[in-house]
Amino acid sequence: MHCPKCRGVMRTYTRSGVHIEQCDSCRGIFLDYGELEALSQMEAQYRAAPPPAAAPGWGASPAVHHHHHGHRRPHHGSVFNMLFST
Amino acid sequence: MTGLVHTETVRPGLFARLVEIGRAASPTGAEAEPETLYDRHGVLVVRVGDVAVKAHQADRGHGFVERARLAGTLPGILVGPLGPPLDVDGRMVSVYPFGVPVDPRQELPWEDGARLLAALHSATVPADAPSWGRPARVARLVSELGHGPAADEVRRAFATLPTWIRGEAAEPPKENTCLIHGDWHLGQMVCAQDGQWRLIDIEDLGRGDPAWDLARPAALYSAGVLSPDEWGRFLGAYTEAGGPAVPAGADPWTTLDIPARTLAIQIAATCVKTAGREDRPLDGAEQAMVDACGRISAAGDAA
Repeated sequence: MHCPKCRGVMRTYTRSGVHIEQCDSCRGIFLDYGELEALSQMEAQYRAAPPPAAAPGWGASPAVHHHHHGHRRPHHGSVFNMLFST
Repeated sequence: MTGLVHTETVRPGLFARLVEIGRAASPTGAEAEPETLYDRHGVLVVRVGDVAVKAHQADRGHGFVERARLAGTLPGILVGPLGPPLDVDGRMVSVYPFGVPVDPRQELPWEDGARLLAALHSATVPADAPSWGRPARVARLVSELGHGPAADEVRRAFATLPTWIRGEAAEPPKENTCLIHGDWHLGQMVCAQDGQWRLIDIEDLGRGDPAWDLARPAALYSAGVLSPDEWGRFLGAYTEAGGPAVPAGADPWTTLDIPARTLAIQIAATCVKTAGREDRPLDGAEQAMVDACGRISAAGDAA
């Protein structure tokens, strides 16, 4: 397929299930029917997504969380004391 | 018998007196097998049938009657004592309706705790409510630390706290004060006989900054010990219930930062002391608390 504007070669890319054609020469993008709507919807979902768990500046990195605390691990030993006593 | 608690007491005489008090107070106490619910930090709590009997720390008891009266006005939130406190060999003893404590092996009731705190923080503050005072434990615990790199790390972080928390200056004038529990953690909740959760331990109850009631989970989350999932459940339920400790729709760390730093340092000091007493290295979670102290020092003065 050739670019309707400059006649350059169009390449197909797939991003999040949406096929887009981009011209190798002028970088123009060609959207099929409904693809603009699909992209707009994805953008709206992205904007509506809750922000990641905020933490103070001295907070542990997510990797540290993962290291110390597997999901659904029962609380025992020192962690039990930290959660359950003064 | 739940298997979660210490069942031996080093004070058999006191234990026997608490059982005697419990049997007299509980309708089902005569045949019930007494059970030690808590035996740490100079506090002994014994269950006898439908009641729990608590021997307080020897130096506690100041303002207890006022706090008991206040708790009595909030029966849906707090478990208050069944009668006036007793004296057993100079120790204050109080009696409560028994409630089932949180089981650490089950899903933890973060949302219930958050809703109870939000309800307490939203309650009308009586003019004669006792003051919570200041977070005094951290300075005492840090002063008791021995030598070593972990203790030094905790002391360095403590030095970055505001002077009023270090006990070196007067408290700043209080804004946004509410009724607060004053020492909240998951051991401070029981499921009452009506199936609803309540807060227990009224000894620190009073007028204060509600952010301090969120400080322990905030500190454990910031140290990487409490998962983002559990912290999110707690904070989410608190804000959803309209809790005033964090600004609505804004960064919760504007109010939580200093209380969380303080509790991280306090918990780290406790960990270092405990590991030292048991003559063992810090475990992973304890080291995480000391590491948090290192980051607090690096972040600089909180004041």
